[in-house]
Amino acid sequence: MSDVLAITEHRRGELRDVSFELVTAGSDLASQSGGDLHLAVIGGDVDAFAEELALDGVDTIHTVAEGDEFNHDVYVQAVTALYEELDPTYVLMGNTVNGLDYAPAVAEQLDLPLVTDAVGLENEGALTVTREMYASKVESTVEVDAGTAAVTIRPGEWDVTEAAGEPAVEAFDVEIDDSRVRSRVTGFEEVGSGDVDIADADVLVSVGRGIEEEENIELVQELADALDATLSSSRPIVDNGWLPKDRQVGQSGKVVTPKVYLAIGISGAVQHVAGMKGAENIIAINTDPDAPIFDIADYGIVGDLFDVVPELIEQFE
Amino acid sequence: MKVLVTVKEVAEVEEDFELDGLHVAEQFLEYDLNEWDEYAVEEAVQLAEEDDDVEVVSVTIGPERSEETIRMALAKGVDRAIRVWDDALEDVDLLDVGAKTRLLSAVVEAEEPDFVLTGVQANDDSFGATGVSLASAIDFEWAAVVNDLELEGDVANVRRELEGGVEELTEVDLPAVLSIQTGINEPRYASLRGIRQAQSKEIKPMSLSDLGLDASAVESDLELTDMYEPETESDAVYFEGDAGEQAAELATVLREKGVGAQ
Ligand SMILES: Cc1cc2nc3c(=O)[nH]c(=O)nc-3n(C[C@H](O)[C@H](O)[C@H](O)COP(=O)(O)OP(=O)(O)OC[C@H]3O[C@@H](n4cnc5c(N)ncnc54)[C@H](O)[C@@H]3O)c2cc1C
Ligand SMILES: Nc1ncnc2c1ncn2[C@@H]1O[C@H](COP(=O)(O)O)[C@@H](O)[C@H]1O
Repeated sequence: MSDVLAITEHRRGELRDVSFELVTAGSDLASQSGGDLHLAVIGGDVDAFAEELALDGVDTIHTVAEGDEFNHDVYVQAVTALYEELDPTYVLMGNTVNGLDYAPAVAEQLDLPLVTDAVGLENEGALTVTREMYASKVESTVEVDAGTAAVTIRPGEWDVTEAAGEPAVEAFDVEIDDSRVRSRVTGFEEVGSGDVDIADADVLVSVGRGIEEEENIELVQELADALDATLSSSRPIVDNGWLPKDRQVGQSGKVVTPKVYLAIGISGAVQHVAGMKGAENIIAINTDPDAPIFDIADYGIVGDLFDVVPELIEQFE
Repeated sequence: MKVLVTVKEVAEVEEDFELDGLHVAEQFLEYDLNEWDEYAVEEAVQLAEEDDDVEVVSVTIGPERSEETIRMALAKGVDRAIRVWDDALEDVDLLDVGAKTRLLSAVVEAEEPDFVLTGVQANDDSFGATGVSLASAIDFEWAAVVNDLELEGDVANVRRELEGGVEELTEVDLPAVLSIQTGINEPRYASLRGIRQAQSKEIKPMSLSDLGLDASAVESDLELTDMYEPETESDAVYFEGDAGEQAAELATVLREKGVGAQ
């Protein structure tokens, strides 16, 4: 029997999607061995969150009323205290930006082997985790030989359930050691947007690292003009300063849902896809037939953008 | 002040490749400095440029081959480098976060840096965990996914890049480990002079015993059991032919969707 402790996430008063995905991943994992799923809700309006999380498959929700927002020092102390109290087999967390900020410290302090960014979990005697490597070109499985493990799951990989359940809700008191809270969140800021809002566009021509040089941006701008579309990009283009930050599509940029999304020289990394998978029609132009972008594309051209884009511009002139 | 920056040589897989057991066959791999570490190196070098008292030391866990990559960091202004390697590491299929943490902790103990910079993630096995795990082990404070950094006395004022274009402003007490996000700065190109100077900079090899460790330090509870090319989930309609034909077919579809028609 393997009990699972899953740590939920919230930000600015709302539970994040990954919290519900953790319920699914956690209850699948717990039920494979007849164990219980414990959820932890740390900080914020814990009672309201617990109500929302009263879902099928959850056995107990532990509320830790400490602070309003995420603070990794508090999370690490709360999770390690819960672990010691509940003695679960597995600790599940989200592979989110906040997950990156506390999950490794939880694993280190509890001396648990850590497997991050899981896309699949199987518990047949030993825990087997499926994860991607080499920019999603390869998948691998990792077996955990210890009895226990800390695992983070990739957001967006597990379905969510809406079926209600009747978990017990228990307040958990942790004595937070303030001398070990050595970081303070002082605020949040939205990254400013310029005069173009790519989230409003019906048609996006989006460019990635396949464009190679700054001066080639002109080529895709020309295409965007010919199609009466807006130009957006993947992250490296913005990191390089070739387009402003407000043009970035993805996890840390904008989430867009245009009618047409034309991905040119973009590989389709998970953090990029997080921002555009909701587009109605996804079209990819890429030299690599195995680029992950094709997995979610509706139309594909395997080809060199420097050949295809000029031809496409010509079609619309 | 001494800044330790962790750097990893990562492998990129070519478009067409073959697997060889639990590895990508060597001839299909290209090695380079991890993208995130380029930004961490630049951030460290900028700190040294602002303040003459700052020494920048890089550390890598990697085989001899990685010295070529490490040399690039030296050419960009890192003062000296440490390379951890050992026979015991040769046969490790998956160097897990715990093992890396034990090795890097020993380096921190030997070097006593005031400040450690890592990348957010290594682009090959993408654990995204080494920096924060290390911080916990050496009892430093930390912050992950940092895209802005100002040092102010005993505090690092950082911005953490969250999802959806939101940044978190955080004060982090020093000493600290920060994991650096791409875009925080503009990594420089190595100058010819830098490349020349790098030839005479030290890359110090350190074995497990040099670090006061034994083979148990790289033992892991994680075992790589399989590696495969994922089956494509694509149900895309592909446009075939030469570029002109592909473009013509795509144009037809685009027009059907109302694109460009006005
Ligand atoms: C915390 C975090 C947050 C992130 N947030 C984001 C985000 O918000 N948005 C984002 O985009 N990324 C984000 N990333 C980065 C992401 O992991 C990838 O590194 C990035 O998306 C890669 O961009 P790319 O596809 O343009 O480049 P690459 O992955 O380098 O892909 C380039 C593609 O171009 C193709 N190509 C090359 N030459 C040609 C040619 N001549 N013609 C056609 N195709 C060609 C190649 O086959 C390849 O598929 C984030 C990463 C982290 C860790
Ligand atoms: N073998 C290694 N040697 C030195 N630094 C490493 C190594 N592996 C990871 N790191 C550092 O830790 C960061 C995060 O890597 P990872 O946790 O493996 O995704 C990288 O950007 C590096 O700075």
